[in-house]
Amino acid sequence: MGLLDQRFQNGNILITSIDNLLNWARLSSLWQMQFGLACCAIEMMAASASNFDIMRFGVIPRATPRQTDVMIVAGTVTLKMASRIKRLYDQMPEPRYVISMGSCSNCGGPYWEHGYHVLKGVDRVIPVDVYVPGCPPRPEALLEGIIKLQEKVRKESLVKKSA
Amino acid sequence: MTPQEIFDDLKAQFGDGILDGKMDAQQPWIQIAGGRVKEICEYLRNDARLSFDYLSCLSGVDYNDGRLGVVYHLTSMGLRHKIVLKAFCTKENPHVQSVAGIWGTANWHEREAFDLIGVVFDGHPDLRRILLPYDWEGHPLRKDYKVPEFYDGMKVPY
Repeated sequence: MGLLDQRFQNGNILITSIDNLLNWARLSSLWQMQFGLACCAIEMMAASASNFDIMRFGVIPRATPRQTDVMIVAGTVTLKMASRIKRLYDQMPEPRYVISMGSCSNCGGPYWEHGYHVLKGVDRVIPVDVYVPGCPPRPEALLEGIIKLQEKVRKESLVKKSA
Repeated sequence: MTPQEIFDDLKAQFGDGILDGKMDAQQPWIQIAGGRVKEICEYLRNDARLSFDYLSCLSGVDYNDGRLGVVYHLTSMGLRHKIVLKAFCTKENPHVQSVAGIWGTANWHEREAFDLIGVVFDGHPDLRRILLPYDWEGHPLRKDYKVPEFYDGMKVPY
């Protein structure tokens, strides 16, 4: 928690920039949209469970897109599901982030050639911030993805355009 | 009853409705006429000596020679015997009678076979697609199916 270290001594006065404060608040409470599409969702559940405890990063599953900051697309995105994902993404309040978890949502995975029903990468319908490779990725890999996203959020600025 | 006894019984009952059969197969099967599926299946379920009260599976097949097929795996839970029925139709005229009124299981199975293979089940109460979106074109498990370039504005091929 580098931001607040040892800055509480003098009458609870805290000096930081708005950017830092906002980014710190945002990256420490990346609420996740609670939905899974395929086997990756099992690993995502394992990441939420006590062994890996994704909640220590402030990632809390929410059951509605209106309360979420990050959408973890965990699993095969079929064409039928893609329009639903697009709609759910549109319902999330900004700033919003997307983690594409696993080969299927990265690029179609094992369905890349004969999957007539599979969208070959969720980035064809919504913008993706972090790609987590694996089939399925282990929970540690998803945690790494969360940390990468936190690094990205940490660099954001209210005034400067982010890359 | 043995498969041969079932075959003989059906042959005596329906004559030219029973087209073919192979009793030494791993799962003995009987080919029946697509237009008489309903009466034959009703007999198979209701006759006390046959009593096929359970439709284990109903599948659609594309044989890649102009024929489509429907395969019925039947089981009698009480009498502990099994049989496989096959009904063929052509791609130009893909019609087979529905058995959804005989075994409730068949309702969704027939919708799946219609969705993916394109067999039209005459007399089905609600023959809609079950897996693919309603506005999908074509039947993807047919051997001559071509993957569309776009669906709903999304590029499909890799």
